[in-house]
Amino acid sequence: MNFFRRAACAAALTLSVVAAAPGAESEKTFAPAIVFDMGGRFDKSFNEGANQGAERFRADTGVNFRWFEITNEAQREQFLRRLAARNAKVIVAVGFSMAPSVEKVAREYPDVRFTLIDGVVDLPNVQSVEFAEHEGSYLVGVLAAMASKTGTVGFVGGMDIPLIRRFVCGYEQGVKATRADAKVISNMAGSTPTAWADPTRGSELAKSQMDRGADVIFAAAGQTGLGVLQAAADAGKQGIGVDSNQNHLFPGHVLTSMIKRVDVAAYNAFKGVMDGTWKPGHQRLGLTEEGVGWALDENNRSLITPEMLAAVTKAADEIKAGTRHVVNYSDKDSCVY
Amino acid sequence: MSAGTGSDNLPWWATAVLLPVINVVLALIVSAIVILAIGEDPLGAMWTMVQGALGTSEGLGYTLYYATSLIFTALAVAVAFHGGLFNIGGEGQAYLGGLGVGLVCLAVGDMPWYLVLPLSVLGGAAFGGLWGAIPGYLQAYRGSHVVITTIMFNFIASSLMVYLMVNVLIRPGQMSPESAQFDKATFLPLVQDMAAAIGIQMNPSPLNFSLFLALAACVLVWAFIWHTRWGFALRTVGANENAARYAGIDPKKVIIIAMALSGALAGLLGVNEIHGVQHRLLLNFPAGMGFTGIAVALMGRNHPAGIVPAAILFGMLYQGGTELIFDYPSISRELVVVIQGVVILFAGALEHMFRPALVRLFTPKPAGV
Repeated sequence: MNFFRRAACAAALTLSVVAAAPGAESEKTFAPAIVFDMGGRFDKSFNEGANQGAERFRADTGVNFRWFEITNEAQREQFLRRLAARNAKVIVAVGFSMAPSVEKVAREYPDVRFTLIDGVVDLPNVQSVEFAEHEGSYLVGVLAAMASKTGTVGFVGGMDIPLIRRFVCGYEQGVKATRADAKVISNMAGSTPTAWADPTRGSELAKSQMDRGADVIFAAAGQTGLGVLQAAADAGKQGIGVDSNQNHLFPGHVLTSMIKRVDVAAYNAFKGVMDGTWKPGHQRLGLTEEGVGWALDENNRSLITPEMLAAVTKAADEIKAGTRHVVNYSDKDSCVY
Repeated sequence: MSAGTGSDNLPWWATAVLLPVINVVLALIVSAIVILAIGEDPLGAMWTMVQGALGTSEGLGYTLYYATSLIFTALAVAVAFHGGLFNIGGEGQAYLGGLGVGLVCLAVGDMPWYLVLPLSVLGGAAFGGLWGAIPGYLQAYRGSHVVITTIMFNFIASSLMVYLMVNVLIRPGQMSPESAQFDKATFLPLVQDMAAAIGIQMNPSPLNFSLFLALAACVLVWAFIWHTRWGFALRTVGANENAARYAGIDPKKVIIIAMALSGALAGLLGVNEIHGVQHRLLLNFPAGMGFTGIAVALMGRNHPAGIVPAAILFGMLYQGGTELIFDYPSISRELVVVIQGVVILFAGALEHMFRPALVRLFTPKPAGV
């Protein structure tokens, strides 16, 4: 009977657990840290963008960084506080959901610098970085309207929250401004955070939109968007990527990507504190600041005609100059333009 | 193997203490092998988990804070279970319960917390209870199986909350779908502040007054199930619905009441999360506690005296597991879910594996063998 053998093992383990000593913690002089939201560090989208920025910082400077992926609401505050208490000089908090926790912990640790991406906290040691997603979405809307043969374009969002409505609102304005009779079909993948991580659902929604005539579909849905791009490519139609440059995923079938430079925000936060150029306050990264934009590379150059390039460049210039106004959904919580 | 069915002569402490301890230790050994397989030091990792969960006042606070939520959802599962019902809808009932708690806290303004607490408990219990009673009604009068309907109601609750938070309750002019913060006067006192008042220093943690509410709920559930006529009716329906009907008990009524009570208990999770910690309504605050409550109830044998230690164990796994990810970057959060799963497997599903061995150990050998 091997019960006794197992019992002996169990006793041995218990004893050795008690005897083992905790690993010593050594901190470098400059310690940056980053806290990712629930999507996780490698979501191929928003959080991964921030991770790329941090990794680039590590490659450039050789300074390592600490990171943490939260898994429930209570951990936001817990680990912001923990990192602050362990002498992190700068903490990048990724995602708007971090805002209330950053506000609380930043008050407790006035010497630690916080950079909040996608949210706003007004404190002397917090830098708030927001992106003008509606401007970038407007531009891909212009491209979608011109690339569409059917006059019907699609949008697949992730979770139905104001942020994603900001994308769809800008996109719709871009489409309608280019082609007033065009139709925009819009769907959200769901109402819970799983909506960011469900490629199957994304693919279903894309197929249903294509059945209704859509031939260009903009996916702003994290990993779910990968399913949208896949379905569009399989059907010989075109998708539009988001956050990172996703043109390379299905060359020839990704019209463009709406780029959001989360990596730049994360990199600048670390580098800024290291160089002493970090400043608190509110930054809004739009087209002018190159915080958002559309991706043009060897994978989609053949898809963009000279007319499209001219139209989108004109639109971008006008938005930068302020002569063309794109309505931000978040200003009035509605998409009236 | 008839020895495994409980009709054996094991001393009570062997069933109540020794068996669970063996199962947990075995689960830890399996986890240690997994950690070893990815090239980390299992003893160091285990120590980090234990130390992280119990070694500091902050860790202990988080452990008990998770345990508080788990006690509510596990009691919910236990009450339904004694009525022969498997309530998988704790997550949705907790979600709606939190809505009730939040609406109360938003409505009362700057009332002091001790006056708000009874109201928020009522709000949470009423909303959660209603969300449990509907599947109960469908089971009793329409024969729709409660397992199916409660799962569906989790999704309805989630969609309803998203609709309300995004369109109705959101504080205008912000990105995150969250309500305005409650008035500071309504905040439940944190245990760290209560400890400070009597001269004990504790580091910040979300552990709050709800812990005492959870313990009180344990006593009340115990008294209800084993010392009231209602509880007797509940257990009778759970044991044999036909016998209950023959004895003059209306099973339909009992089923609805059991599900309402179950939902009400799950709804009290909202008191801990919303009234005690977040102080605002937000999305996803149940964070799977409704589902983990099922495992806690299983491990605690659906008895409050078992649920409390099981909830603390799972609180330790949550908190210690988080510390593990923090200190060992090569250990991913998925691995911690594996460790939690292994503990559930051994402590819940395979709880009787060692029973025959123990029985042989404790039974005096007949002469001549």
